[in-house]
Amino acid sequence: MTDVAEDLETRLLLDAIFHQYHYDFRGYSMASVKRRLKQAKEHFECRSISELQHRVLHEPAVLPELLSYLTIQVSDLFRDPAYFLALRESVIPHLRTYPSLKVWVAGCSAGEELYSLVILFREEGLEDRTMFYGTDINPRALERAEAGVYDLESIPRFTENHRKAGGKSSLSDYYTAAYGSAVLDKSLRRRTVFSDHSLVTDAVFAEMHLISCRNVLIYFDQDLQNRAIGLFSDSLIRKGFLGLGSKESLRFSKRAGDFSEFARDERIYQKQRAT
Amino acid sequence: MDFNLLMQAPPPATPIEAVVIGVSAGAVDALSTILPSLPPDYPIPVIVVVHLPADRKSILAQLFQAKCQVDVHEIDDKEQLKKGTVYFAPPDYHVLVEDDKRVSLSSEELVHYSRPAIDVLFESAADVFGPALAAVVLTGASADGAKGLAAVHAAGGICLVQDPIQANSRTMPEAALKACPTAEALTLEQIAKRLLEIALKQ
Ligand SMILES: C[S@@+](CC[C@H](N)C(=O)[O-])C[C@H]1O[C@@H](n2cnc3c(N)ncnc32)[C@H](O)[C@@H]1O
Repeated sequence: MTDVAEDLETRLLLDAIFHQYHYDFRGYSMASVKRRLKQAKEHFECRSISELQHRVLHEPAVLPELLSYLTIQVSDLFRDPAYFLALRESVIPHLRTYPSLKVWVAGCSAGEELYSLVILFREEGLEDRTMFYGTDINPRALERAEAGVYDLESIPRFTENHRKAGGKSSLSDYYTAAYGSAVLDKSLRRRTVFSDHSLVTDAVFAEMHLISCRNVLIYFDQDLQNRAIGLFSDSLIRKGFLGLGSKESLRFSKRAGDFSEFARDERIYQKQRAT
Repeated sequence: MDFNLLMQAPPPATPIEAVVIGVSAGAVDALSTILPSLPPDYPIPVIVVVHLPADRKSILAQLFQAKCQVDVHEIDDKEQLKKGTVYFAPPDYHVLVEDDKRVSLSSEELVHYSRPAIDVLFESAADVFGPALAAVVLTGASADGAKGLAAVHAAGGICLVQDPIQANSRTMPEAALKACPTAEALTLEQIAKRLLEIALKQ
């Protein structure tokens, strides 16, 4: 069965990272954490997790790299086009009724999801009255999000996604190609703020109209999912919207009662109860 | 004391707590021989990874729900594994098993050009279930599943592979047998029968 010593070493390492650096991975989905630590162990050429722990405690340069193993950075512009289509067709008409809007993308990685929303809101004429907040715990991801530079090779996929998401403009209007990269237009950043925020250890954001948190909760165990969903509930206005990843749901959450299902297949929920 | 006799006595059989299946090219045909024969009260959860295109919804669960007596559905994150149920990995996510027998999804890097990957499921299931796991590698044009099957074997689980000669695409079963030479090479019908036998021992 499970290697007992390695389980113990894993817990000790996560404790050490928490106490020294205040990154709290102790309540993450352990199957994935163990898999990633195994890869990190090989990368750092450590014989055991304990050896990895020694290095991360004594060599500060190890932490940022280890973070890139412990946080999964895979994302796309308009990932799961059906989700963005549902936002466009069903959620935007509600948002239109507010004079000003706040949108929070929690776990924004390198900004793909947030910029997708900025483009969508621009196409729908709502960008100018909206502030977009992107948060993540990975500093490198936040830097990349600020820069808005993506691999040119991803552009055909992004373009196809954008089209399937009901895009009303051409994606090429929003980037310029240079040296194998696609650089997003600076104007997309006008209404955006990126900042460091952890769903595990930090507090609520106030008065959001839409929170999009996709493919982050899958890395949390149930207690942590409950905490994060509570945070979302407390950060949303009444009748505000919460969008999750296509395989995430509130089904197993204690705070499910705060929400109603708004677009079932696309995992979009609406806050009902005032908190 | 006759040690030879002792050596020959079969080890006490561990009741199997989960079945994992990996299949790629030719999946629908192969699974159509195996899954419909599971009785509605099949006492073991079955998790299936099929290599799928990432950008499309999968109809596998619907397709097999219509053919099967057990419940069939696509996995949601943190679902608790239940008996009498076949779980399909969703497109674009890896599937891992947690210690409390819930399943987690992950969008980490492709493995063998695929997400979901068979190796990821098999390795984490082997970690959690140890000898209480049965793993099956079927037809496919990939090397995925070989490393995972070796992990299942190392943890003491039951390893079944579709006989490469019978497989629609033999690469995957061949790679699995190479990585895990003691695995049983069987026809689809024999695999279906073995899965029923495993359940009888529960
Ligand atoms: C797989 S990415 C999801 C990116 C994007 N939302 C999407 O669906 O394409 C997961 C992101 O969650 C971030 N993350 C992990 N733990 C977090 C936490 N405690 N608080 C906020 N973000 C977190 C990771 O750094 C990573 O950028």
